[in-house]
Amino acid sequence: MRLIVLVKQTLTTEARIALNDSGGIEDAKIKKVVNPYDEFAVEEAVQLREKGVAEHVTVVTVGPESAVEASRHCLAMGADEAVRIDDSEIESTDSFSVAEVLGAALKGMEFDLLLAGQVAVDDNASQVAVRVAEILGLPQINVVSKIELGEGEVTASREADGQTEVLTAKLPALVTTDKGINKPRYPTLPNIMKAKKKPLTIKSLSDLGIAAPTPKVKVVAHTLRPAKQGAKIFAGTPAEAAAQLAEALRNEAKVI
Amino acid sequence: MSQDVFVFIEAQHDAIRPVANQVVGVARSIAEARGGKVVGLLIGAGLEGLSSDAASIGVDRLAVVDHAALATYSAESYTTAVVGALEQQGGGPLFFGNTSIGKDIGPRIAHRLGQGMVSDVVAIEQADDKPRFRRPIYAGKAFCTVEVQEAEYVVSIRANSFPAAEAAASPAEVVPVEVNLDPATFKVQVKEVIERDAGQVDLTEADVIVSGGMGVKGPEGFEMLKPLAEVLGAAVGASRAAVLADFIHPSHQVGQTGKTVSPNLYIACGISGAVQHQAGMSTSKCIVAINTDADAPIFEIADYGIVGDAAEVVPALTEQLKKLLA
Ligand SMILES: Cc1cc2nc3c(=O)[nH]c(=O)nc-3n(C[C@H](O)[C@H](O)[C@H](O)COP(=O)(O)OP(=O)(O)OC[C@H]3O[C@@H](n4cnc5c(N)ncnc54)[C@H](O)[C@@H]3O)c2cc1C
Ligand SMILES: Nc1ncnc2c1ncn2[C@@H]1O[C@H](COP(=O)(O)O)[C@@H](O)[C@H]1O
Repeated sequence: MRLIVLVKQTLTTEARIALNDSGGIEDAKIKKVVNPYDEFAVEEAVQLREKGVAEHVTVVTVGPESAVEASRHCLAMGADEAVRIDDSEIESTDSFSVAEVLGAALKGMEFDLLLAGQVAVDDNASQVAVRVAEILGLPQINVVSKIELGEGEVTASREADGQTEVLTAKLPALVTTDKGINKPRYPTLPNIMKAKKKPLTIKSLSDLGIAAPTPKVKVVAHTLRPAKQGAKIFAGTPAEAAAQLAEALRNEAKVI
Repeated sequence: MSQDVFVFIEAQHDAIRPVANQVVGVARSIAEARGGKVVGLLIGAGLEGLSSDAASIGVDRLAVVDHAALATYSAESYTTAVVGALEQQGGGPLFFGNTSIGKDIGPRIAHRLGQGMVSDVVAIEQADDKPRFRRPIYAGKAFCTVEVQEAEYVVSIRANSFPAAEAAASPAEVVPVEVNLDPATFKVQVKEVIERDAGQVDLTEADVIVSGGMGVKGPEGFEMLKPLAEVLGAAVGASRAAVLADFIHPSHQVGQTGKTVSPNLYIACGISGAVQHQAGMSTSKCIVAINTDADAPIFEIADYGIVGDAAEVVPALTEQLKKLLA
């Protein structure tokens, strides 16, 4: 069984977000990492291979040259092969465009299970993986905390509002991972060295035989979360502070 | 294409979810700008009762797909049903709540229709022409405003970010829609659905949330939060650390991997305010922090704070609120 994992490089979640001169997100000096939810997907795939349920794990990334670090990280975690599709020809990396590119790339690849994160922590879209499943006609199980691979099918538990659903999908299928499904490993030094010898292919849109997709939505502005004045702190004994707080909630904030 | 605007009306436990009323309100402002009507889409099985409720939440027309194969939700069957109904009703922009279902099928529907989608919208900046929507990115540390490029698109909105539509004076016309669904072709089977918390206010839709973290020290700490929640008519939330420590069931978790909430009032008790927690609650209108550590990051996004032991402050606050709200 062959597995493919969709991996996006994102800014580390600890980053302080600031705007640059052209009004975009300043990312020059910020550490880049594998999107945390994709790391869960990679770990799950590597574990399935280690258990002998799967034979081969390929990670696929659409991103700039610097995203090669994300590919390398996944190879060092145990993926067998990485593909990076260069995004420099893509006009706007909206979810539609990225999904179209990934869809085109995956059409030429053989796999039984597609794994991805439930959301990318930078754009907070939760769209790309599901769109790819639609392009390829794959059934999907989203936001899962447990996966079991069987003969020609995958069973997974999904957290939904107010309920847990256990679903079985025919392979090939898409499963997106939630936190808590596993503990992603830290690559060891020997594995980092070994990763350097694993195949890492770079493809352009023309290699995929497609033109740059026309974006369906465009970002027109970024704004930072308005800085709060800093909390108004109430001092005194617990009873005194609580009385002032209750008063403020009622008469100032008017929320109760 | 018509000028109309469509709303997926989500129901749970045989009741329309409050977020659906908010989605109708948003769709109304877009429909006014386009000069069209608001059309509700109600999907499921055995919908007689729900249809009459849904016809009164402020839509101009209600399209109903009532089919035995839709008794249990699945992305596969619901996508087909929504797309079928939308196309038969003339097509147009489609609005969802950014709920589990909205996230599961919104992008799938958008792609089947070759459309763009804007997820987790918290504000509309421009309703006519090329609509512009604002949405949180980077765990709520920033926002981006996006413009849709085409006349038809999909949007999901964050619960509690917009007011509910006004209920209709008289119920809307109900139009049954037939969609071809053959369970024999389905690639996904629902094996089991484990319900939780039936009857309780859903966290994502609560007006007030009282949340606990490691600082409440244990399951007893959450027992202490209950009377406070009760006086405020609040739902109880939790940090991931509290969930992992088995203080409370995972369904209460707020944050990036838990629920995204946006209540009028969020009271964080003994929660440090890690970015992943903030990702789920930073758009709350008023945030209160109770924490022994004056430097805890939660105070950076809080409106009000008390530096102190939750075990002392929470009961004191409960008492004061009882007096004030009596
Ligand atoms: C990919 C990823 C996803 C995550 N998703 C989530 C998520 O969805 N939700 C989430 O919450 N976290 C999430 N986390 C975890 C998050 O990073 C934090 O670890 C977690 O939020 C911490 O919970 P806490 O504030 O309860 O605990 P702590 O960080 O331990 O903080 C406890 C706080 O209580 C205070 N305190 C101690 N004693 C008292 C007292 N007597 N009275 C009052 N205050 C007291 C302390 O000063 C401290 O600020 C995620 C992490 C990762 C990596
Ligand atoms: N540029 C990308 N390259 C590869 N996979 C991606 C990319 N963007 C998104 N994905 C995948 O789609 C998931 C959801 O992303 P998003 O729709 O951006 O929230 C991510 O967790 C990844 O698994």
